[in-house]
Amino acid sequence: MLPAILRELSQSLQGALIALGGYALFAARLFVESPRALLRFRLVIDQVHNAGTLSLVIIMLSGLFVGMVLGLQGFDLLERFGSEESLGTAVALGLLKELGPVVTALLFAGRAGTALASELGLMRATDQIAAMEMMAVDPVRRVVMPRFLGGVIAMPLLAAIFSMIGLYGAQLVGVQLMGVDSGQYWSQMRAAVETADVMEGVIKSVVFGVACSLIAVYEGYHSMPTAEGVGRATTRTVVISSVVVLLLDYILTAVMR
Amino acid sequence: MTADAIVRVRGLHYAISGRPIFDGVDIDIARGTVTAVMGPSGTGKTTLLRLITGQLFADRGLVEVDGRDVGKQSRREIYRMRRRMGMLFQNGALLTDLSVYDNVAFPLREHTRLPERLLRHIVLTKLQAVGLRGAWRLMPAELSGGMARRVAIARAIVMDPELLIYDEPFVGLDPISMGVVLRLIRRLNDTLGLTSIVVSHDVREVSAVADHLYLLSGGKVVASGPPATLADSDREDVRQFMHGLPDGPVPFHYPAPEYDQQLRRAR
Repeated sequence: MLPAILRELSQSLQGALIALGGYALFAARLFVESPRALLRFRLVIDQVHNAGTLSLVIIMLSGLFVGMVLGLQGFDLLERFGSEESLGTAVALGLLKELGPVVTALLFAGRAGTALASELGLMRATDQIAAMEMMAVDPVRRVVMPRFLGGVIAMPLLAAIFSMIGLYGAQLVGVQLMGVDSGQYWSQMRAAVETADVMEGVIKSVVFGVACSLIAVYEGYHSMPTAEGVGRATTRTVVISSVVVLLLDYILTAVMR
Repeated sequence: MTADAIVRVRGLHYAISGRPIFDGVDIDIARGTVTAVMGPSGTGKTTLLRLITGQLFADRGLVEVDGRDVGKQSRREIYRMRRRMGMLFQNGALLTDLSVYDNVAFPLREHTRLPERLLRHIVLTKLQAVGLRGAWRLMPAELSGGMARRVAIARAIVMDPELLIYDEPFVGLDPISMGVVLRLIRRLNDTLGLTSIVVSHDVREVSAVADHLYLLSGGKVVASGPPATLADSDREDVRQFMHGLPDGPVPFHYPAPEYDQQLRRAR
């Protein structure tokens, strides 16, 4: 009984290590190819547009609602200490440093990430990847790289939009409904939030962009060429991306505090 | 042995997960001919194409294209070799986000820096050759199966290859589309001076256009020669395949225990 469990455990561990090795090699290849891919910037821009427009509406809506909730909760909390005028600062720091990059990355993984993975998986299942190879066109350079870079570039832009709309959502609740002074809301925010706070969010969103895009293109490109394989690749994209984003968030927060 | 063979396969051994697919296969594809590789499902016809095009590599034996051992080529050399090949996949494998025009232009845009005007001229010429110049604006989703196959042929010949490979080109086609594709295979081969390899199990159709047939079964070449010779063969396995007989060396019944014994058992 015990040896069987140990054998299974060792096989799982071996499988995980092989997958990790695959990720590392694929990532190394993408980083090496990046400068050359940037020369064909038109392809990258198309993918920034694709990834961006896919996620934009849900990012904006989620940003608004998250901001509204932050405004409400922040007001309740700060009111207890008589410092409601600090609402702008609290919301801005929460959004720029934490919620903006993290929630954007999770939404991106669920919307654009799954679309990327299923697109690449279907390209493999319908022999489009094989056809490119037969035309002596490297599919990693032509198809994977622009999508990867498109995701990396789109993520910080989406996170910025999320945070900006979140600030207005919090203002809507805090100022318009709860009666916090508008001037204090914005001026305290401007006085307390520093460039380093903004940069922390930017760095996080770039790192999450790399992670989510890498996971989506890797899972899609290496999916089994069947309907089940494509489905599994999209599911894995969401699950792995979500866990990795939260893990990286903790590491980055600990390093940059 | 063919003196002027563009593809030469000698003593090919290849196994997938320990299951032998080829067990000493010898094949010559003579330059300028249409050669068909046929055989029952699962005999490794598509695998043979993948070995010829350098997508897979032989476990043992030689696969040579234009005098070069495919197994010894670097990735860059294989890509260079593929530029002189065109391949038609079973479903056409058109890039679904590009129009018919852009699909045919794709290899030219990737490998050359031709001015758009010249590129347009070449693309329309190739589309005219397959009878689809008028469909240049359409997207792959708007094409029928036969049209998609013809666009894929136009894309396969756009770089003026020496070798054109067709993987099951007739699957799922209606008789008219099948007739069109058949005629195109022969006509393009002769007018463009190509060499064509057709993998298929549509015996009648392929026999009508091929100069030479290879029949694969059980990991070996069981017969080869002109279509008429194979059709008249006395060999039971060749006769069964060429005439589509339901029973023979390839049995109708999957191996099973005695019928009455199995019926008496609970499960």
